[in-house]
Amino acid sequence: MYNSSDLRKGLKIEIDGEPWEVTEFDFCKPGKGQALYRCKLKNMLRGGTMDKTFRANDRIDKPHLNQRDFMFSYVDGDNYVFNDNDTYEDVFVTKEILGDQTYFLHDNMECQILLYNNKPIDITLPIFVEKAITRTEPGVRGDTATNVTKAAALDNGFELQVPLFVNEGDVIKIDTRTGEYAERASKA
Amino acid sequence: MNTRNVPAKRDILAVRSRLLRLIRRFFYERNAIEVETPVRVRAPALEEYIDAEPSGDAYLRTSPELHMKRLMAAGHGHIFQIGPCFRKGESGRLHHPEFTMLEWYRAGADYRDILDETRSLVRSVARGLLGGCAFEYGGTPVDLDADWQVITVADAFAEYAKADVASALRSDRFHALLVEKIEPRLGIGRPSVLIDYPIELAALARSKPAHPTVAERWELYIAGVELANAFSELTDAGEQRRRFADCAAFRRKTGNAAYPLDESFMQALSDGMPNTAGCALGVDRLMMVLTGADDIGDVVAFRE
Repeated sequence: MYNSSDLRKGLKIEIDGEPWEVTEFDFCKPGKGQALYRCKLKNMLRGGTMDKTFRANDRIDKPHLNQRDFMFSYVDGDNYVFNDNDTYEDVFVTKEILGDQTYFLHDNMECQILLYNNKPIDITLPIFVEKAITRTEPGVRGDTATNVTKAAALDNGFELQVPLFVNEGDVIKIDTRTGEYAERASKA
Repeated sequence: MNTRNVPAKRDILAVRSRLLRLIRRFFYERNAIEVETPVRVRAPALEEYIDAEPSGDAYLRTSPELHMKRLMAAGHGHIFQIGPCFRKGESGRLHHPEFTMLEWYRAGADYRDILDETRSLVRSVARGLLGGCAFEYGGTPVDLDADWQVITVADAFAEYAKADVASALRSDRFHALLVEKIEPRLGIGRPSVLIDYPIELAALARSKPAHPTVAERWELYIAGVELANAFSELTDAGEQRRRFADCAAFRRKTGNAAYPLDESFMQALSDGMPNTAGCALGVDRLMMVLTGADDIGDVVAFRE
């Protein structure tokens, strides 16, 4: 259990059997009045938000959350299967949880998975992945500016903007948090 | 943190020094005397929801109220103090566990008189600091020269919270409604004064002669920020003793320390204190509002 005084931005709490993250927090105390802890909460399962005000004596449930390392194993229909190297346990992560990150997975990629009551609810990939560009307009010789971009695509169909000097066959680093080009890793 | 309009700390401390000088000048020009009272006290004022920080076998003061009223009972006419106060567990955008309070008392005055003085003080400080009385805080325009809104707690609850004060108190929703529905509506365009509090929320204030369930207390708001609290002081020793006893019982019931009664203060009241009004104003918050600082940490030299 948490007390109201434990509340702060980033704390994860449980309300009515669902995990919520505190995204905004403010301590209030109107003149000579009760302490109030005003929070904006984000539902960690469904993504919705709500405002909630806690009082000094409120007791707040702690969600059963743990984050563990897994390796990407294989795709099974709409599920992505990850394996815990130590326990050989498999977990199934849905396409919805992965979102665009499905484009960045590769065999044996090491990921961190957040489990709520032993069910995966969020996944963190390595910050950068290297991928080859399979389709883009020809590069412009000598143009190394990075503020002008053009469209490019990976072999799996993921599209992103890259600088003009990047050519088909080049390997680039992509920031998995944003899905954006970071730098060129090697030339074709 | 909003850094817009917030100069670097070196500049902010120079502005703060000017603000302190302007406050002192205001009171010196009115022949008030500046006093210093103990910071470490045996018996902090009993308040339902204010907790004192222990200091050895005593406490750090949560306000200088009881000692300053003893000075008034001893015959002073107009005194002020600027100094640190400490409140345990209070930390947030508008709260710092150690903060600077301006507190002053005037004999022969009531809460309406001290409101007039507060109006003059705030206007004079703003003019000295900003060169004028119109500014913006958090995107909200405020003109200190405009007529200040004076609205009773009962009217504010009816108008802004569509609620009745007595039932809000019974259901323990008073403070939540105040924070969520009322405070954001106060001090927009011009300062607001929330006045005439339920008697149970003003343990050290006199009740209104014609309305014994209402206390002569007000709070000043500018752009939604609570800046000052004032009373017509309760001078009846018997009544004060009863109120402190209720407060101590409430604190024990809610699992908080019931501080010892300050018998020297009680003796001073019994010996007789003239009619007096007092006001406590948060200097850090006044700084915030006048400089556009979003967080109290932006206007102090060191944030805890």
